[in-house]
Amino acid sequence: MGIIRVKARAMNGKTEVKMLIKHIMETGRRRDTSGNIIPAEFLSELVVRHAGKLVFAANLGPSVSKNPFFSFSFAGGAVGDTLELSWKENTGKFGIETAEIT
Amino acid sequence: MTIKRRTLVKALATGGGLLGLCALVPQWAMAAWMREAFAAGETNAAIKALYGGDLPVESAEVMLDAPDIAENGAVVPLTISTTLPNVETVSVFIAENPSPLAAQFIIPEGTLAEVSTRVRMGQTTHVTAVIQSDGKLYSATKEVKVTIGGCGG
Repeated sequence: MGIIRVKARAMNGKTEVKMLIKHIMETGRRRDTSGNIIPAEFLSELVVRHAGKLVFAANLGPSVSKNPFFSFSFAGGAVGDTLELSWKENTGKFGIETAEIT
Repeated sequence: MTIKRRTLVKALATGGGLLGLCALVPQWAMAAWMREAFAAGETNAAIKALYGGDLPVESAEVMLDAPDIAENGAVVPLTISTTLPNVETVSVFIAENPSPLAAQFIIPEGTLAEVSTRVRMGQTTHVTAVIQSDGKLYSATKEVKVTIGGCGG
């Protein structure tokens, strides 16, 4: 199961991409009920490719809200095309997901 | 025939193996995640750590769309855009957060210089957007009043 919900719409020669990512974005500054620091666990990198070409990338810190949202647009893209989305945490955990342009 | 088969086996052993690896390991952006920039405790220090060299020049061509008052500091929507040409990166800094650098966006050729996201704000403070255009830095800053801080809980 992926963590990224994508809405990618092609119109007027460009594609608008909206991403909502299910992620805690733990800052590493909060404490649990016993007073112990909860270790940082946040998305640090996000990369989006269309037909092998980089169309968007982000380096992120814990100041980004829980369940991060991003939107951007790129020239080109057609209905039915696939976007490849890669994400990585500060912990090293990573994933690759795909989404279809509609 | 034998040669062809051998070539195929070799190709599978080297190229094919590499191909499989590429499919498993994501390729990251050309700009690496900069630990010093994210660790910096102050906006200007973070900008210097991220870009090196000079600080940005305030520019009316950098548009930072943020609320005047954010009732919930945990989720403050921001949109950064610009009419400046050849934009390479867009970054966002929250002055009073423990680490001001929230995000650095890489804008490849063909991608519009307009990005939206949501950030956390611990308290009322200034948000600064920095645009790297033609190798130079431009910025816009706006104060956002926060009713309930977004870093506790």
